[in-house]
Amino acid sequence: MAEAATELLPAATGLLPAATGLRVRLTQRAPIPLDAALDCAPGETHALVGPSGSGKTTILRCIAGLHGAAEGRIECGGAAWYDTAARIDLTPQARSAGLVFQHYALFPHLSAQANVEAALGHLPARDRAARATEMLARVHLTGLEARKPAQLSGGQQQRVAVARALARDPQVLLLDEPFSAVDRVTRQKLYRELSELRRTLALPIVLVTHDLDEAAMLSDRMTILHRGRTLQTGTPREVMTRPADPLVARLVDMKNVFEARVATTAAGTAGVAWNGTVLEVAGEPSFAAGTRVCWGIPVAGVLLHRRDRPSRGEHENPVDGSVAECLEIGEDMHMGMRVDGAAALLWLKVPTHVAQRNRIAVGEAIRVSLLADAIHLMPWRDLAREVSA
Amino acid sequence: MDWIAFALSLQLAGWTVAVLLPLGLAVARILAWHPFAGRRWVEAALALPLVLPPTVLGFYLLVAFGGNSPLGRIFESLTGHTLTFSFAGLLLASVIFNLPFAIQPMQRAFEAIPVDVRAAAACCGMAPWRIFTRIEFPLAWPGILSAMVLTFVHTLGEFGVVLMVGGSIPGETKTIAIAIYDRVQAFDNAGAASMAAVLLVLSFIAIAAAYGTARPRDIHVG
Repeated sequence: MAEAATELLPAATGLLPAATGLRVRLTQRAPIPLDAALDCAPGETHALVGPSGSGKTTILRCIAGLHGAAEGRIECGGAAWYDTAARIDLTPQARSAGLVFQHYALFPHLSAQANVEAALGHLPARDRAARATEMLARVHLTGLEARKPAQLSGGQQQRVAVARALARDPQVLLLDEPFSAVDRVTRQKLYRELSELRRTLALPIVLVTHDLDEAAMLSDRMTILHRGRTLQTGTPREVMTRPADPLVARLVDMKNVFEARVATTAAGTAGVAWNGTVLEVAGEPSFAAGTRVCWGIPVAGVLLHRRDRPSRGEHENPVDGSVAECLEIGEDMHMGMRVDGAAALLWLKVPTHVAQRNRIAVGEAIRVSLLADAIHLMPWRDLAREVSA
Repeated sequence: MDWIAFALSLQLAGWTVAVLLPLGLAVARILAWHPFAGRRWVEAALALPLVLPPTVLGFYLLVAFGGNSPLGRIFESLTGHTLTFSFAGLLLASVIFNLPFAIQPMQRAFEAIPVDVRAAAACCGMAPWRIFTRIEFPLAWPGILSAMVLTFVHTLGEFGVVLMVGGSIPGETKTIAIAIYDRVQAFDNAGAASMAAVLLVLSFIAIAAAYGTARPRDIHVG
């Protein structure tokens, strides 16, 4: 669904002039190193994903005007908000950014209604109450207007924070880990609400999260951030199945990454030598024969052969090995397969009932296929070093 | 009962609170939110009146206010009378020895306001003055109230500094605490007792009222 939405958005293809949306370029050395580039078109939800300490919140605070990076430029709706070269640094008040803080930062002494009204300073005083009531209705809080934040549940507090952030009619909506402070059940509900809400909003939305699934579910595009550096931007599917390099692969939790060498190249296909065989890789080759590369494959690209009957893809890169680890997560069985002759584990998953029918257990010999169009080649990096970095 | 001394004490306490409220708010906000080099030295200096013997503080103030000091000379050339042994001098001394009583509770109260709440107010488009009146002041109010009450009752009760700087001029510098001492010296225990009782009840009621409004953690005498 996220992918389909992206295709409709001209921004994702770079056809829309960046001036109408949000455009961020930031660099600084201290206190937190930053080297970030981020573009977000109106109507687009852009997830900024990275481990804690990677600088996500700092970038968001820079956009809102709460933190000034050493160098850079931030523009929104065609206007410069921050530009070190031109000595522009608008105050948060002048920027028109709606920010939902990680712990919401509601005004504890004011009612939900007054919290929203606090952000309506641009309206005549007599219109504020009606507008605040309307904003609260939009986030399903009708009837709770008089409650103080302490009298609201976590999910309700988040909704007040969203209503308050939108009350200013901002030119960009910034969400800082907005789901981290609520329980799982509430979170699922808030996900649905945000999905509905963002369809009605024609402004750029930047969502900061460390949760890949959350990012994939809610965003049109995502940017991977590591130690203040934006490493890769693309649709969630693109980034998660075609990471730019092994570091991104690790950050998006791609479990199957191995080292190999390109053996053959031809139109629309390549062969990589790995573990004594040559794997077929679909797609235009981006590396010359002889190049040392890393290759990765999502767990969904590894197919288990049925024991009783050969299945589809049987001839596609067959690999033999034995089950080294079994891990039941939800309704799936995740398996670490020790490939014959290789040191590292190859991970795959099958529905638990399939695993049971095939009598999968640790030590059992299995055969899998690596789908040629799921195999993704990346520039070589020393994997042992990358992991420890 | 020396009503003139009592009225003078109330007047002194009222003026001290009036001067220290804006001054204390400004200083407390800076100390709470703007770290600067040497902040701890400033904080230590502001806390000194809590630990110094009143006579020591009074002695230095007397020297600083005297006719030989720059401050004393400027005051005398402007007003025609001395800063020491005058109500103005007494008020200035009172403001100084009450600095920790006013600033510390306010500073704790401002420190308790989360950074993100202030940032959120700015992101809501609220102007700095509006953030102060609508967000910071109401949230810090319990601390501000205890600061005002503590300053008020502490001024009523201060003895040593007042005696050193103000002497005992009826209607000008003779506060109720001095008057009580005078009565005891004159073997008028009944007169001293009634005034002491008034001071005791007044202070007790004021502090109890402040405790009732403020959360306990906001009251911090030092």
